[in-house]
Amino acid sequence: MSDTVRMTYREAVKQSIREALDDDPRVFLMGEDVGKYGGCFAVSKGLLEEYGEERIRDTPLSESAFVGAGIGAALGGMRPIVEIMTVNFSLLALDQIVNNAATLCHMSGGQFPVPVVIRMATGAGRQLAAQHSHSLEAWYAHVPGLRVVEPATIDDARGVLRAALACPDPVIVFEPISLYNMDGELTAAASEVRLDGARIHRAGRDVTLVSYGASLWRCVAAAEELAAGGIEAEIVDLRSLRPLDDATILASLRRTKRVVIVDEGWRTGSLAAEIAMRIVEQGFYDLDAPIARVCTEEVPIPYPKHLEEAALPEPKRIVAAVRGLFSDAQ
Amino acid sequence: MPSEFRLPALGADMDEGTIVEWHVAPGSRVKRGDVVAIVETDKGAIDVEIFEDGVVREIVVQPGTKVPVGTVLALLDTEGSPPAAAPAAAGRGEGHTPSLAPAGEDAGGVHEVGLVPPPASSRVRVSPAARKRARELGVDVESLQGSGPGGAVTLEDVEKAGQGGGMRAAIAAAMSRSKREIPHYYLSTAVDVTAATEWLAVHNASVPVTERLLFAALLVKALALTCRETPGFNGFHRDGRYEESPAVHVGVAVALRGGGLVAPALMDTADKPLARLMEEFRGLVSRARAGRLRASELAAPTIILTSLGDASVDAVFPIIQPPQVAIVGAGALAARPWVVDGQVVPRQVLTLSLGADHRVTDGRLGAQFLAKLAQRLVDPGSL
Amino acid sequence: MNDLPDALTRERGLHLLGEMLRIRQFEDRCAELYGAGHIRGFLHLCDGEEAIAVGVMQVLGSGDAVVSTYREHGHALARGIAMNPLMAELYGKRSGCSGGRGGSMHVFDAATRFYGGNAIVGGGLPLAVGLALAEKLQGTRNLAACFFGEGAVAEGEFHESMNLAALWKLPVLFMCENNLYAMGTALARSESQTDIQAKAAAYGVRAAAVDGMDVFAVEAAVRSAADHARAGRGPVLLEFRTYRLRAHSMFDAQLYRDKAEVEEWRARGPLITLTTRLKAASLMIEDDFQRLQHAADDEVRAAVEFAGNAEWEPVEDLARHVYAEVTS
Repeated sequence: MSDTVRMTYREAVKQSIREALDDDPRVFLMGEDVGKYGGCFAVSKGLLEEYGEERIRDTPLSESAFVGAGIGAALGGMRPIVEIMTVNFSLLALDQIVNNAATLCHMSGGQFPVPVVIRMATGAGRQLAAQHSHSLEAWYAHVPGLRVVEPATIDDARGVLRAALACPDPVIVFEPISLYNMDGELTAAASEVRLDGARIHRAGRDVTLVSYGASLWRCVAAAEELAAGGIEAEIVDLRSLRPLDDATILASLRRTKRVVIVDEGWRTGSLAAEIAMRIVEQGFYDLDAPIARVCTEEVPIPYPKHLEEAALPEPKRIVAAVRGLFSDAQ
Repeated sequence: MPSEFRLPALGADMDEGTIVEWHVAPGSRVKRGDVVAIVETDKGAIDVEIFEDGVVREIVVQPGTKVPVGTVLALLDTEGSPPAAAPAAAGRGEGHTPSLAPAGEDAGGVHEVGLVPPPASSRVRVSPAARKRARELGVDVESLQGSGPGGAVTLEDVEKAGQGGGMRAAIAAAMSRSKREIPHYYLSTAVDVTAATEWLAVHNASVPVTERLLFAALLVKALALTCRETPGFNGFHRDGRYEESPAVHVGVAVALRGGGLVAPALMDTADKPLARLMEEFRGLVSRARAGRLRASELAAPTIILTSLGDASVDAVFPIIQPPQVAIVGAGALAARPWVVDGQVVPRQVLTLSLGADHRVTDGRLGAQFLAKLAQRLVDPGSL
Repeated sequence: MNDLPDALTRERGLHLLGEMLRIRQFEDRCAELYGAGHIRGFLHLCDGEEAIAVGVMQVLGSGDAVVSTYREHGHALARGIAMNPLMAELYGKRSGCSGGRGGSMHVFDAATRFYGGNAIVGGGLPLAVGLALAEKLQGTRNLAACFFGEGAVAEGEFHESMNLAALWKLPVLFMCENNLYAMGTALARSESQTDIQAKAAAYGVRAAAVDGMDVFAVEAAVRSAADHARAGRGPVLLEFRTYRLRAHSMFDAQLYRDKAEVEEWRARGPLITLTTRLKAASLMIEDDFQRLQHAADDEVRAAVEFAGNAEWEPVEDLARHVYAEVTS
């Protein structure tokens, strides 16, 4: 008899919040519509009734103030979970995140670490057009002082908050919107989730696919198609975007000799670019083909479905990129 | 001793200022906090205050003069000791921002940048992993047909080539390429090496078996020394140009059982005594036949010596292994009729041949090279 | 004009004067040290605003949190950060209160709950809101005291923070030091409504305007505001009307204001104001001023020597403090 349970990604996140509220009186959730509305994506539905207004706080539309307040509350001894409805609105709080959360520990010579957790929904795919479809993980992963994670599986969605709250540094948790409805098995691994360390999601011998978030599942789909054609892909789920787990990526490359990085950010200045450069720096002589990447095309995300799909790193583009590494004949 | 009043650095990016006006003159009494001058900067005119009490003795810098931060502007007679905070030496305060403008004459002018023409290479594309493996296996990647995208040579291509059967194909490709790209010229000379063979006989009689030298050792050393003496034969022709190699590593062609040829290097051939060369040569041959050569030995030769002496051909006209620019062959060592002092006598004769790259040297130089090689060979005591 | 408080004694008067003198001497020495190259980067001095720092700190307790700006030396000294580590911080030395990592704009001290030192105008207001939230959630009577200039009132953060603090009835003292110029821009050229304390009404926040040159007026206003906040009645906005006797920062030609105006305010500065009144009330003699000034000078001189002799952090330690150093 297996000790696994099925649940959605949304439910996994919700359970992680409940567990955090139950375990530590310093924890509280704060953000737009997390209380009465039940959360924009229904993650915190019912929590206001269960935990009350002090711990489930609806905020006004003041990203800068409430994110800064989360930082201040963390400085003052609490363990706030700040929810920014989506990464698209986080730009209004960028000053507080980059100039306060990321710097206070350093500027104070180590006196004031900032144990705040900031959760943000992210990603495209629902025809919400340019201002509501960003993937800006690369911007946050760029900044020393922040830790950035993006759970892509049920286990990771369930376990990452505990690790984030236990960390004395500011942690940004990205939750891919397109995964909230995803159903899956929760295993014992959920209780061992760490803030750093990539994971081999699928073992393979012919090519390494490196990815994170919703794109992990695009890679899974691509791997199935490739396997039918005799190419076995190994998939690395990054999970932590800052710090990046070079060792796991490089070990995989040593096995397969080929790598394709799949990243929902725009290709210019992407995380894919960073990972590719690390591979060049540390694994150049293991490469049997040029490094390839599949990213979002250089356009603000368009509204019509067929255009949006064409812009995002779809499985068929991943398959083509992999095949292109083997020979001219595909 | 008077105290110095220097131009303060008022901003991280202030390097200099111009005195516009002095509010004091020699004899003026000043106290700490008084504004004593106005200084014009990029941001406008700034009041500059003095931080000591005293009497102005001398104005050193007159209005209208632009001076760097730290310059002494005036001298002050003070009652007590000079200010606790003396600014750093003129023009070099802490955190001084170096001027970005070039100081030279063409500052502000535009000058042409000579662009370096791209190398004229038509090298085959090879992946890093394939190249690394090829070195390990002693496979010449440049000679392979790649199966990767765009005809790139892959790891698999190299692995295949590294196996026995593939080697023949690899050699064929390598030889073809060499003849295609390198304009070979050939010279040969028959040499009376009796002096060398007699020297060898005497030497070998006086040492245990393990220390006996083969003629090949003499050849190899003589060749190395000649290379050092005559430039143009020991180096590499790459990307359209020739570069002499400062080191001489003579590669000795070794035939492998089951077909195939490798030419591992005797490192620093010219610097080693004959006995050592012989020992290393023996080692190379046995390891080559056992397939246990080091990648460095295969990659290193600066010139190759090939000897078919045991196959009884008179002369060898070998093919240069790019990127090298010369190859020396030695034919069979045999007794032949020779003219000495007007008489026909039997002598030990060896035909030495030189194949060389006409892009780098010509027949005259080649002839000199061979002549020098022959000279050295018949004087083994000098080796 | 404000009368002296009834309970004022010579001792109290000289204490306040001495505190302000310490700040004034420290700031003036910093100007000299900057010109000499020992202090680098940006330096923002608070000459003329000493009464606010000193008046406020008479009221705050050790459990209260303080958030300040890049013009924070006076607040830091009045709060109780010692001169030696403060000067060492300005020099960038390892024994500086922020380990040398911050410099003039980033003075931090955990022991006195001094949360910086912030170079972003308006950047500290949300932090103060959060600190106050933490106090309220932990059920204390502590408050968060937040200093900012009138320039910050134009930033969105001011409005967001006022609204949030009022909505959640948080114990924040929003303390605006209105010195009439945001760098080089006069108040009337940047605010449609120049009566700053009047803006509080839009958020339902209690407010008052205070003569920032009068240390007694400052203290009284803060005491009343603190009582209000500690009692859980919500935040308070205090507008301290004051003037900056020096330039915005060191490299400033002050093209935007008249020298005559500066001299006019100098004559009404906090040190002169208090000295005049104490003398008029026969609570001090000339000797007192000299004595206090010498004491301040000595303290500053010792701090300069301390900073000058202090060690630099080794370059090998560059990557420290980016993340919390956890000793397991």
